Amino acid sequence: MTDTTTETGAAVRPSPTAPKRSFLSQLEIDTRLLGMIGAFILVCLVFNVLTDGRFLTPRNIFNLTIQTVSVAIMATGMVFVIVTRHIDLSVGAMLATCSAAMAMTQTDILPRLLGLGLGHPLTPWIAIAVGLVVGISIGAFQGWLIGFLTIPAFIVTLGGLLIWRNVAWYMTDGQTIGPLDETFRKFGGINGTLGETWSWVVGVIAVLAALWALWSARSNKINHGFPIKPVWAEILVGLIIAGGIMGFVATLNAYEVPTARLIREFKARGDVMPDGYAAAYGIPYSVLLLIAIAIGMTVMARRTRLGRYIFATGGNPDAAELSGINTRLLTVKVFALMGGLIALSAVVASARLTNHSNDIGTLDELRVIAAAVIGGTALAGGIGTIHGAILGALIMQSLQSGMAMVGVDAPLQNIVVGAVLVLAVWIDIVYRRRLGGK
Amino acid sequence: MTPLVELKNISLSFGGVRAVDNVSLDLFPGEVVGLLGHNGAGKSTLIKILAGAYQMDEGEIWIEGKKANIHSPRDARRHNIETIYQTLALADNLDAPSNLFLGRELTNRFGLVDDAQMEAETRKIMARLNPNFKKISEPVSALSGGQRQSVAIARAVYFNAKILIMDEPTAALGVHESKMVADLIKELKAQGLGIFLISHDTREMLDLCDRVSVMKNGALIGTEKVGDVTEDDILSMIIMGKARDAA
Repeated sequence: MTDTTTETGAAVRPSPTAPKRSFLSQLEIDTRLLGMIGAFILVCLVFNVLTDGRFLTPRNIFNLTIQTVSVAIMATGMVFVIVTRHIDLSVGAMLATCSAAMAMTQTDILPRLLGLGLGHPLTPWIAIAVGLVVGISIGAFQGWLIGFLTIPAFIVTLGGLLIWRNVAWYMTDGQTIGPLDETFRKFGGINGTLGETWSWVVGVIAVLAALWALWSARSNKINHGFPIKPVWAEILVGLIIAGGIMGFVATLNAYEVPTARLIREFKARGDVMPDGYAAAYGIPYSVLLLIAIAIGMTVMARRTRLGRYIFATGGNPDAAELSGINTRLLTVKVFALMGGLIALSAVVASARLTNHSNDIGTLDELRVIAAAVIGGTALAGGIGTIHGAILGALIMQSLQSGMAMVGVDAPLQNIVVGAVLVLAVWIDIVYRRRLGGK
Repeated sequence: MTPLVELKNISLSFGGVRAVDNVSLDLFPGEVVGLLGHNGAGKSTLIKILAGAYQMDEGEIWIEGKKANIHSPRDARRHNIETIYQTLALADNLDAPSNLFLGRELTNRFGLVDDAQMEAETRKIMARLNPNFKKISEPVSALSGGQRQSVAIARAVYFNAKILIMDEPTAALGVHESKMVADLIKELKAQGLGIFLISHDTREMLDLCDRVSVMKNGALIGTEKVGDVTEDDILSMIIMGKARDAA
């Protein structure tokens, strides 16, 4: 198997810029992602026409963004769960338990035990830490039942759906718990935003980081002598990313705080608002949280051993096992991670409502699974992307709120969303088949 | 000379079935020992015990004169035992470098998986094993049977194995590729590796192996030097389940 003639043969690689390659393949953009972005833009444009231009206003885009965050955060975790050939039906119920635990911590436990009331600087952080401990513990426990006791995930989390929903009810006696701490509420969306200047700063940093990532990926390929994209393709991709980021920031910055609210804020500080004063919301903290989670989860999926093992286990559990991967412990880790993300999602969801309500997170498990699946996560395991799941959540939320704006009846809204889910998966199956087993 | 591997009185039962029944085998450096027998004779089960995939009920494994505790594939790898499984054990959704380094990823100084480095190493070893191998960054599900086989072989060879287990390495291959595997076995043998080879092709086994062991219904029928036996002797051992002296 080692003859020298073949070694020299292998050194002759096809020229990196073979002329036959199409425009898209030269850009090396995932066509599936492109299709999803296309579908999303189409949905937006159709609703924009149907609502006489009310859909694509800064105000609605801002609202759409903050409505998507909670489901999108959980969807990133659901990608890992589904990739390892499991399912988590308990995320909505766990969200309720985490939210209840955090609400009780703020309003009842901390004031009683430590004398820390709402508004104390430590209160929100202790509450969030409690939520994370609760979420990660429940997730790890369910993961242990699934991984080590080999009870199917479907059953464990179906039981969990009933258990955690009602644990939350039991903890709060079914009452709405609120109002929550003011700092805590800043994670909800409109109550906590960066403002115009800082939003631009974040936008510029994001653009620089993205361009640096592109550049370092390219120089890494050059170092190893791998084929690279033509320079114009690299620049075009960079421009599209930079334009997307800055456009998003510009849109959120174009949504101005209503004058009445500004006057109220000035009054609260004992000031009078100067004439012609205006302020924009900018990027909400909850969206920053989602972006941070998305980056963290993507790095985990692609560049860490844990992520590699998650995908390997999904692709072939036996092979993963034979390669020395502890697939049982891996299951615990995946569900614990899911639990942690549910806790963060519970922070956003309850902060947005400004209180904990007994029905918080109801049916979220279905929205989260649907977002992951629309985003290209295969239920057979081994395939899925973080950005796809977030885009899936965004498409679902756009459909839902778009139809609400048009005035479609509630039952019809759900019928359409259900049909879109099935259709999206069918299109995905056809697409993968065309690619040939990919 | 100390044997590389000594399997001593290994037994394993699944339910009431004795899949491996009191089998003892040894393997010396630079030697190829073939395992022959019908389907279900216990060959694959026996080598999976050595590979750490199954836990034996009774018996001992000695590696280079020392008793070894092999309870998982990780333990086996620590003893420089590499295995090419009949099923290849590849994660179909991952590309060749990810499969080659699965469980032993190369990482950069931040502890992140270094894909570029792994791809470079994969290109190097593939240039040696299968020069026609070009689909480095495609999922292995997109590869042909022979190409998949070379990924599995590359994984076993790359990490400087001392003991190589090959479970039907040529079953999915064409004539030309089978020849390449045979050449590789001879080369590795010359480097001093010990190889356990499982195959149904008796003629191929007599060509490649130094000794052959025949199993039937979980038990070892006998081990013979290939110079001492004919193909017919081996076939009758497989079919009749009797050692040569008794036949």
